[in-house]
Amino acid sequence: MSSGQDKAKAGIFGEGGDRRWLIASSCVALLVLAPLVSLILIAGRGSGDLWPHILAYVLPQALRDTAILLLGVGVVVVTLGAGLAWLVTAYEFPGRRIFDWALLLPLATPTYIVAYAYLDLMHPIGPVQTGLRALLGLTDPRALWFPDVRTMTGCILLLSFVLYPYVYLSTRAMFLMQAGSLLEAARTLGASRTRVFFRVALPLARPAIAVGASLALMEALNDIGASEFLGVQTLSVSIYSTWINRSNLPGAAQIALAMLAVVVALVLLERWARRRQRYVSQAQRARRAAPLQLTGWRAGLAIAIVSTPIFIGFILPAGHVAHEAFKRVRFAGFSPQIGQEILNTIAIASVATVVAMALGFLVASAARLSRAPMGGALLRVSSLGYAAPGTVLAIGLMTPLFALDNIIADSAERFFGISLGLLISGSGAALVYAYVARFLAISAGGVESGLAKLSPSLDQAARVLGQSAGGAMRRVQLPLIRPALGGAALLVFVDCMKELPATLLLRPLNFETLATHLYGEAARGTYEDGAVAATCIVLVGLVPVMMLARLSRRRAFAWDKSVEGVDPMARDLLLVEPAGAPDKPRGKA
Amino acid sequence: MFPVRFRSTLLLAGAAFAGLAAQASAQQAVNLYTTREPGLVRPLIEAFEKKSGVKVNTVFVKEGLAERVAAEGARSPADVLMEVDMGKLVDLVNRGVAQPVKSAALEAAVPANLRDPEGRWFALSMRARVVYASRALGLKSITYEDFTKPEYKGRVCVRSGQHPYNTALIAAVIAHHGVEKAEVWLRGVKANLARKASGGDREVARDILGGICQIGLGNSYYVGLMRSGTGGPDQKKWGDAIDVLLPTLAGAGTHVNISGAALARNAPNRENAVKLLEWLASDEAQAIYAEGNFEYPIARNAKITPIIAALGELKVDPLPIADIVRNRKQASELVDKVGFDN
Repeated sequence: MSSGQDKAKAGIFGEGGDRRWLIASSCVALLVLAPLVSLILIAGRGSGDLWPHILAYVLPQALRDTAILLLGVGVVVVTLGAGLAWLVTAYEFPGRRIFDWALLLPLATPTYIVAYAYLDLMHPIGPVQTGLRALLGLTDPRALWFPDVRTMTGCILLLSFVLYPYVYLSTRAMFLMQAGSLLEAARTLGASRTRVFFRVALPLARPAIAVGASLALMEALNDIGASEFLGVQTLSVSIYSTWINRSNLPGAAQIALAMLAVVVALVLLERWARRRQRYVSQAQRARRAAPLQLTGWRAGLAIAIVSTPIFIGFILPAGHVAHEAFKRVRFAGFSPQIGQEILNTIAIASVATVVAMALGFLVASAARLSRAPMGGALLRVSSLGYAAPGTVLAIGLMTPLFALDNIIADSAERFFGISLGLLISGSGAALVYAYVARFLAISAGGVESGLAKLSPSLDQAARVLGQSAGGAMRRVQLPLIRPALGGAALLVFVDCMKELPATLLLRPLNFETLATHLYGEAARGTYEDGAVAATCIVLVGLVPVMMLARLSRRRAFAWDKSVEGVDPMARDLLLVEPAGAPDKPRGKA
Repeated sequence: MFPVRFRSTLLLAGAAFAGLAAQASAQQAVNLYTTREPGLVRPLIEAFEKKSGVKVNTVFVKEGLAERVAAEGARSPADVLMEVDMGKLVDLVNRGVAQPVKSAALEAAVPANLRDPEGRWFALSMRARVVYASRALGLKSITYEDFTKPEYKGRVCVRSGQHPYNTALIAAVIAHHGVEKAEVWLRGVKANLARKASGGDREVARDILGGICQIGLGNSYYVGLMRSGTGGPDQKKWGDAIDVLLPTLAGAGTHVNISGAALARNAPNRENAVKLLEWLASDEAQAIYAEGNFEYPIARNAKITPIIAALGELKVDPLPIADIVRNRKQASELVDKVGFDN
């Protein structure tokens, strides 16, 4: 047996096969590294007398604000994400199946839209306060004290209620797929449900929480739209004003790189802290622990708890924007460009999603196939783009990209005598590149955790049966992790669609997306004209969420018959996959 | 689930890109890179296209326009670069992405203090940094210096000090009073703020209506946008809730900022680009700036739209733009130093 395994291993990793994977993977890592290297070069141009000023007047405030923001958002998203995941997996209550996916809805609303919407809603002359005053019989706006959204607390809450689904998504998977039997063991040994949560489920879910929280925190860190609008001075806002108001791009690049270094250090620290822990999927038959049926007021309370974040993170802001859009359309009609913009948005986000998923699959597969630590290192490097603010990444990307563009055009002229112009930037390929460089972390991470749940014996079996390493990937692993791919693709698509800074900077002539349209209006202060575009962003963002929900429900039917207790949503949405082959469901035995 | 869907979207995307490429290669075209919002530029472009038969391809970029043109290099498709804010116009020259234009029409239309002496940028419109004040105050006149008065404590609303509209104003204060006095002034304004320096100019009017503050700074054209009702009935209410005053700086005049344009260094359609620039400074285009966007036209004989003219006669701060722009970095640092946005 052991010699057979060795042979299989040699088969997988020998024949130069892993080298080809590693080379391909290196190329992808280079694509992500190129803008960062170019940033380092820009930073090296020298920033003049920037640092004494920054150290004295900017960093103290920016670091404090950034730390408070991240801490606040971190605590709230983990509490919300993990708490809600526990609620919908460990308990059964009316409507749970709907809440299960509805909790993802806030993903569809970009943070900047939420910020605009709440400022409108909560303003002294907005509907909430006006309504309250009418209720209390007050007429003067000053007679009623009401908390201002334009504060740190407001910013933390708004960002958290939009970003918690990242944690919810990954943690929920852990609770469903990993913990089932352990949770039941703990229950058998007499632990209360609360105790099980804190002593077993939560520690087990730590890697999942870390993954989700780091995605959410990086989004918060790199957010400029909402933070700037609400008057919170984060590091990203400082980078921005260094570049724009002081025309000091090298200085901005230096701050951005320092920030990137801190982010990387934090991620490494978290991994280091649990270096001795191994989280192995022991379950051939992963399953949900038997949920506790809630009835009466307890069920009511559960429903109230799960509907709150959906209401705050989605229904209220999206409803407000939709209402504004309706008023606007009645007042001024439809903007004629909006149809084309919807098309552009979907087209460019789809292309970028396909490319990001393909490259993510490549990098993650290379890491799995290769025993060398280099494979894993390349996977980490490929994920760096997500940790840099979008604007900074786009600036870094411009130099190498346009240089390449010019080389292509030069060669075309010299060898074929045709004048191409700038092909990459003129076609929108630059935009796809920017999205991929930025969101490869999500696709590669999704594929990685999907693959991690597949036993290596599957690879070996395929190899023994005569498949090449690539063939095994394509014909065995790929079909098995398709649901995990779907979940990651959803996130990438939604993120591409909402992405603003790189889109603004790199898109070709005459190419507007919903996000750039909205920003154009918002920058002018004419939010009302942007409401229609904002509504469209939310609606288009809903499509992938709904698609997966519908798919999972359909599959739920087939699966519930054959596999007791396995929640099918998990396999579709979550970046995790049970060890069994989903296309050949196992029976009870 | 994905393959079929993706295949069709790929086709769709391909078609979209092919369409783009076709548009970009059309004859008789001019490519415009602009930081002016599309909604403001569109009426100008449509009128130009109709008149000249030259197709205008546009991309609206918010920040990094100069960086993009520089990175594109010799093959940059950019012909005309349009910027809002005086500092950014000067940046185009500093980044080396603009080239001089020699045009009698432009020199005749744009006053000498509103263009680069070498013709590397031209102002096309002006906006004044005006005061929005609660009707309850019954103000008749005010200066920028007045914003530090103790009677306005907790009553002032301003957007972020780092916004170019504000850094330009602070740069002008530095130019008139010197940096020490400017710092004292800025600290005084900060001490009077009713809320965090955030949001946009129109929030100032809305916040005054909402009772959060009584006085604030905003650009002149927002008054037109609000009061004309083009933004809907809600905004008309905001605009009507405020008095608008043209403040003076050091007794000299009102601080104005400019929007303008430059000819790109490697403009592939130079002739059309100059045609577009000249047209933008023409009476016809200036009327669109004035009527549609509620800005102050730069052409001497262009008319100011009635809503804006009703604000009173604009006496422009006579300080040369170059002198103000020079202090921009210092102004931005001052904002950090006094913690204006904190």
